[in-house]
Amino acid sequence: MAATADSFYLRTVPAQRLPPPPARAGAIGWLRANLLSSPGNIALTAICVVSVCWVVPQLLRFFLLDAVWSGHDREACLASPVNPEPGACWAFVRVWLNYFIYGFYPIGERWRVDLFFLALAFGIVWLAWLAAPRRDIGAFYFFIVLPILSFVLLSGVPMFGLSQVSTSLWGGILVTIVVATVGIVVSLPLGILLALGRRSEIAVVRLCSVTFIEFVRGVPLITVLFMASVMLPLFVPERFAPDKLLRALIGVALFASAYMAEVVRGGLAAVPRGQYEAARALGLPYWRMMALVVLPQALRVTLPNIVNTFIGLFKDTTLVFVVGIFDFLRTIEAARADPHWATPVTSVTGYVFAAMFYFACCYGMSRYARSVETRLARAQRR
Amino acid sequence: MSDIAQPPSRKARRFGNIALQAGLVAIVGGIAYAAMVNAAQNLAQAHIASGFGFWNNTAGFDISQTLIAYSSSTSTFGRAFWVGLLNTLLVAGIGIALATVLGFIVGLGRLSRNWLVAKLAAGYVELIRNVPLLLQILFWYNAVLKSLPELRDSVAFSGGIILNNRGLFLPRPEFAASFRYVLITLFVAVAAAIALRVWARRRQEQTGQRAPLLWIALALIIGLPLGFTLLTDLPIRFSYPQSGRFNVLGGIEILPEFAALLAALSIYTAAFIAEVVRAGVLAVSPGQTEAAQALGLRPGTTLRLVVVPQAMRVIVPPLTSQYLNLIKNSSLAVAIGYPDLVQVFAGSVLNITGQAVEVIAITMAVYLAISLVTSLIMNLYGHAIAVVER
Repeated sequence: MAATADSFYLRTVPAQRLPPPPARAGAIGWLRANLLSSPGNIALTAICVVSVCWVVPQLLRFFLLDAVWSGHDREACLASPVNPEPGACWAFVRVWLNYFIYGFYPIGERWRVDLFFLALAFGIVWLAWLAAPRRDIGAFYFFIVLPILSFVLLSGVPMFGLSQVSTSLWGGILVTIVVATVGIVVSLPLGILLALGRRSEIAVVRLCSVTFIEFVRGVPLITVLFMASVMLPLFVPERFAPDKLLRALIGVALFASAYMAEVVRGGLAAVPRGQYEAARALGLPYWRMMALVVLPQALRVTLPNIVNTFIGLFKDTTLVFVVGIFDFLRTIEAARADPHWATPVTSVTGYVFAAMFYFACCYGMSRYARSVETRLARAQRR
Repeated sequence: MSDIAQPPSRKARRFGNIALQAGLVAIVGGIAYAAMVNAAQNLAQAHIASGFGFWNNTAGFDISQTLIAYSSSTSTFGRAFWVGLLNTLLVAGIGIALATVLGFIVGLGRLSRNWLVAKLAAGYVELIRNVPLLLQILFWYNAVLKSLPELRDSVAFSGGIILNNRGLFLPRPEFAASFRYVLITLFVAVAAAIALRVWARRRQEQTGQRAPLLWIALALIIGLPLGFTLLTDLPIRFSYPQSGRFNVLGGIEILPEFAALLAALSIYTAAFIAEVVRAGVLAVSPGQTEAAQALGLRPGTTLRLVVVPQAMRVIVPPLTSQYLNLIKNSSLAVAIGYPDLVQVFAGSVLNITGQAVEVIAITMAVYLAISLVTSLIMNLYGHAIAVVER
């Protein structure tokens, strides 16, 4: 069968040259791919650009350009011929800054608070820096030495020449940090115990742990704090009634433990069964198996979650406000209400300052959690 | 003799086990008993009654927002409890709806191919998640809503809406008796739409023909009652709020406390829901979309029939825990004085009666019940949507 010329198609003239494809690389290509790929996208981009252009200059004006940076009372932050539309009143923050940090802690003794901050920062760096030497000593320092040292420093022991400072004088960032630190120092060990209890083979232990965890996770922190502040004094003989701050600390620590327990349980579940069986086969008793084989792996896997829980705890410290403790947010509220500084912008300034503090702390921690996570993922892939 | 430690015999282990359990029970029981003895002693010393007898006593305090009839002179503490609980459920219910909508928008925005939209959504999530909720509530209440104009400079919007720093006042709809016929028409329309859907499904399975179901259903559900309303000379009237010298009378009053709490709760929870949604959508492998497209499904259908059902399986459990968080977080109302359960009951009632144990126990029981019921429903739902292995 002979192929005829019209039984198949063969091009006889060269095809027309097509125009070059639109730029894929470079700034224009990037713009086209990411901002202007379709009419809908162009509209979205336009809306975003317009709103950003509308909001950002106003924020800049309010918080930087027209802001008042120095002054001694409200006059500085009121509208005046020089500054007809005053922005944020940073002078207010500057004047009150020491109160925001130390509360009513006696001025002469504030070096003790500074020292406490330093000791705490040292412990955090030791534990959080994964390549730091002897992190086991670091853990000992953080969970045993630091609490004792902090108590001696902050509360004072007259024997060592440190005068006693009542907790009713503590305030501001100091209290926020103390509540958060006590929360983590207590909740991590207690959470581990509860998590182990929840997976225990002993029925009563399991029942107690599950009841505690589910109960605490089912109720709001405020009710736990109310319970700690009004019911706790009822449950102990009158002469042992704990002081206000201690009651709130107990509430926060118990609350955080339940959440920490669930996080640790997740980590325990991630340790392969073979690890338990191998440890058992080596003849390790329960506690040594947990301490030497299982927990180190479980805690490492779940470290990002622990940090995330701690971020939640750190934000939740603001709730001690409700039971009358002068944490950082409460000092802002108190300063805001001062008639010497009553201006239309004082509240906004105070709240934005507080938000910056909390954001810096929480965002820093979440970045750390994420970096640990990527590191772990890399180790897992290998 | 070998000095290798023998593992304890089975019997010894069993005995140790039982001893441990008994010891634990004794310790827990002992602590509980000591606490009870102390509490009874302390309460007797302070002359505080115990038991739930206070429930039927007259409350004697005012509540600024009541969804059910309540008066300070005649209503009981029990009534105050229900008022508080309803206020909690109101703010939580509306908050959940708003947070879900906003959360889905932001979550999908973070996945947008539009770089600017994705960055703005990410910025929103990071900013809101890392600032404590209480601070946000106080910000909305003290810095935003309190700076609204005073009563005498109230802003009046068209439609009889009045706004000042005492709240937002809306016209109150008043339904005439004939309004029930409108409700009946609405009911009929919904039933018809469901019947239509069943019929359309069946026809599509048999003949492959599709009906424009959505538009017909919308026309039915909106058109029928609306047409009926217009035909029967308006069974709804509005009573408009009147601005008086000392306060605004009439209309629906939205308290600034309510608005601040609602705004903060929805915005805060939306940031977390956005992350849940993002994780859920990312969990559906791109192969699923490609396979659906290869089968010839259109983008909308692909999303509705392939991507969303699979994403929902990942989204729903964490979404529920966010809803529970929102309900629990609504207790922060106490900081700005919105009369929710905690503020009314664990606040006012506790202060008046002094019966801390009973009041706190009831308050906690309510939240526990909400949590347990929700997780029960979620478990059932989880079973319903679980992948059926064949």
